Amino acid sequence: MRKFAIVALGLVLLAPLASLAAEPASETLDWESWHADNEVSNVASLQRGARNFMNYCVGCHSMRFMRYSRLATDLKIPTDELKANLLPAGASPADYIQSSLAAKDAVAWFGKEPPDLSLIARSRGIDHIYRFLKTFYADPARPNRTNNLVLDSPAMPAVLSELEGVKEAVFKNVEVTVDGKTAVEKHFDHFVTVAPGQLTAPEYDAFVRDTVNFLDYAGEPAQVDRRSIGVWVVLFLLVFTWFAYLLKKEYWKDVH
Amino acid sequence: MTDAGTMANDEGVDQSRRKFLTVATSATAAVGVAFAVTPFIASWNPSERARALGAPLLIDLSKLELGQMITPVWRKQPIYIFRRSPEIVAQLAAHDGRLKDPKSEDSVQPTYADNEQRSRRADVAVLIGTCTHLGCLPKQHFEPGDALLGTDWPGGFLCPCHGSRFDMAGRVFNGSPASTNLRIPPYSFPTDNTLLIGQDETTAQGAA
Amino acid sequence: MASNEAADKPGFWGWLNKRLAVDQVWRQHFSEYYAPKNFNFWYFFGSLALMVLVLQLVTGIYLAMFYKVGDVSAFDSVEFIRREVSYGWLLQYLHAVGASAFFIVVYLHMYRALLYGSYKAPRELLWLFGMFIYLALMAEAFMGYVLPWGNMSYWAATVIINLFSTIPVIGPGLVEWIRGDYGVADATLNRFFSLHVVVIPMALLLVFLHVVALHEVGSNNPDGVEIKARKGSDGRPLDGIPFHPYYTVKDIVGVGVFLLLFAIVVFFAPTFGNLFMEEANFEPANPLSTPEHIAPSWYFTPYYAILRAVPNQRIGALLLLLAVLAFFFLPWLDRSPVKSIRYRGGLYKAFLALFTVSFLSLMYLGLKPATGAYVTAARVFSVGYFAFFLLMPWYSRADRVKPVPERVTFHA
Repeated sequence: MRKFAIVALGLVLLAPLASLAAEPASETLDWESWHADNEVSNVASLQRGARNFMNYCVGCHSMRFMRYSRLATDLKIPTDELKANLLPAGASPADYIQSSLAAKDAVAWFGKEPPDLSLIARSRGIDHIYRFLKTFYADPARPNRTNNLVLDSPAMPAVLSELEGVKEAVFKNVEVTVDGKTAVEKHFDHFVTVAPGQLTAPEYDAFVRDTVNFLDYAGEPAQVDRRSIGVWVVLFLLVFTWFAYLLKKEYWKDVH
Repeated sequence: MTDAGTMANDEGVDQSRRKFLTVATSATAAVGVAFAVTPFIASWNPSERARALGAPLLIDLSKLELGQMITPVWRKQPIYIFRRSPEIVAQLAAHDGRLKDPKSEDSVQPTYADNEQRSRRADVAVLIGTCTHLGCLPKQHFEPGDALLGTDWPGGFLCPCHGSRFDMAGRVFNGSPASTNLRIPPYSFPTDNTLLIGQDETTAQGAA
Repeated sequence: MASNEAADKPGFWGWLNKRLAVDQVWRQHFSEYYAPKNFNFWYFFGSLALMVLVLQLVTGIYLAMFYKVGDVSAFDSVEFIRREVSYGWLLQYLHAVGASAFFIVVYLHMYRALLYGSYKAPRELLWLFGMFIYLALMAEAFMGYVLPWGNMSYWAATVIINLFSTIPVIGPGLVEWIRGDYGVADATLNRFFSLHVVVIPMALLLVFLHVVALHEVGSNNPDGVEIKARKGSDGRPLDGIPFHPYYTVKDIVGVGVFLLLFAIVVFFAPTFGNLFMEEANFEPANPLSTPEHIAPSWYFTPYYAILRAVPNQRIGALLLLLAVLAFFFLPWLDRSPVKSIRYRGGLYKAFLALFTVSFLSLMYLGLKPATGAYVTAARVFSVGYFAFFLLMPWYSRADRVKPVPERVTFHA
């Protein structure tokens, strides 16, 4: 009886796998499963990401909780290089990263204020941002001719298209049945490049990964320290608990 | 012991092992507590914001006229910066006898202030504008022969709180409640017309 | 009852004890307080709860040295603590993770009482003090979550305070009175900060009363046997051992294991997959932008799920209140002659299992959107939750119990 139950349970659990085998191979770009796979401990990557941020993002986006001097210390950038390459004119190292775009200008030109990016990695997630930066496409139906798979109708223009190139999105018709009613919806299928950018696809991907890595660091600069201190704390507690356990066992020999 | 759930007497109890384990556990715990207390104590140190606000301050001297004093704030302290004429500087040694510490032996000052005029450059004086008695801000009385201070007054400062007097190099006069000369912050001149308060050859950038 | 002989000793110790019965208290509550020798895993959580309370107190006091209450400054001051105060990040993570750790420990501590009938006579008052501590803890956690003034702070406060509007007649006025404004605002935040601090002495008093009540009757144990019923010739319980050194030394091991798990979370996963610190709270409070999923912290979600299971807001709020208050009545709902689950029959075990599965499922469902199958499941498990309490007078009596031994079961 028990063997029968196990076999039956096994078949029930394995049944869904059969549906996978039945699905035909699809060309749909599975952008929703892309991961940034970044390493915050990679200082060289963070340096490139900081450079990318200062070149392409700070025109509109501030990081009001991040000081240049903190950046320089954590990313091991000497002060003179900080001043030469990253610090805008008129700013001093202790300043917070401020965009020069005035709020009311932003609202007039783009419709909303570009959000501050200090904590964007913690509030939206790194993978979300990675996918966002890689799924801009040309959309003639929109006023700024841009759209995005992650964020529909963004106010943000495709600022990286000079590097990535311009691509269009191709949609396919899919039948969808909800509550017994069938309808035809347009689902994203794949991208088509219509104009090349300065970077090849792998180069652009590396660019985005570095930038997103930098945003991850900026969201929580203490994280590398946190993990390295944590290793020592855990090791210490293992030793302490072991001693405490031996002590407990020794005293409890009394109890019967 | 008792005839409750524990052994009746101490035989069979390895006291030395108990003592060793108790000491080992307690010592480890003590080390742990010392480390655990560190972040709490460290959190009271000046924050990055305090240190940033206390970063060196760059002052433009090109508009500073003779006899004029400006008072920027550096690390929450008023800094007296004023231009002295060569005549004033030449007269500084004349009233050494009326000063408590004419050679600034007891003063808090960097080495480049160990001269008669207590400054890097004779024409620009840099002093911390806090009376060394109890901390009020001394008021400037730069005119010699001031009606209030007497015809032999060479020019300097009078503290309004308890009457301490200092000369044009910040040295304290006899008869003042204060006993030491006005303190001097670290500073340097990156160019002829700019003054950087808080940074000189000895201080690393932004350090205390 | 220990006597104050130490007052007659020479030197500083005698001087001290004549004025403050230190030695007497030590003996009465530690070295001569007899606890059952068969405490198991479930008995660690009382001392751990006390330790987490102290941790929250100390980290909280330090955070209050840097936190700036106010709708314009609070969010920034928390980021300031994380980035610009030396080890500020550690203080903040300890406090945030500590809040969740507190509830994990307290729920396990309460569950022990359900397993071993620790709420039954003569421990009803002990149980009630504990329940008041639980209420204080929930209020404290709710107010504490508002203080960072993130977007989830704002919206959680808005939703939960709005629950009070369901009270007949006085509801809407009460809500405005609690908020101090027409919406959750600076006034609300400020008073929550003050109350968050003042709950501390209240909690400490309740914990003190809780322990005094415990020591008055003595601890229960996994067999539900009253150890004071069988004493030796020296007047001490046969199945008892002095709390010190045996349980001090054992609880230290518990502390070590707890700190190990706690440290792993604090240092390697402080947000704990969005459960301990939610993503939406890394954005400042925005009255014009509701987060996609408003959910309270995980420790409130069982009650939140019950609230949302009912299509009527007033009845849902009432059921939420009753779900929490139900615990207060346990000592009187339980009519079983035995205390411990070890000697209860299948009926009680089935209902306790139903309660456990329901509570955990409701906790999960409260984190999910209130749509479709989730709502149906929440309704089913709400019934299971209340069935445990409502039917207890019947099944606890009808249950087929096993004979309770005279002495505790203990294996060295």
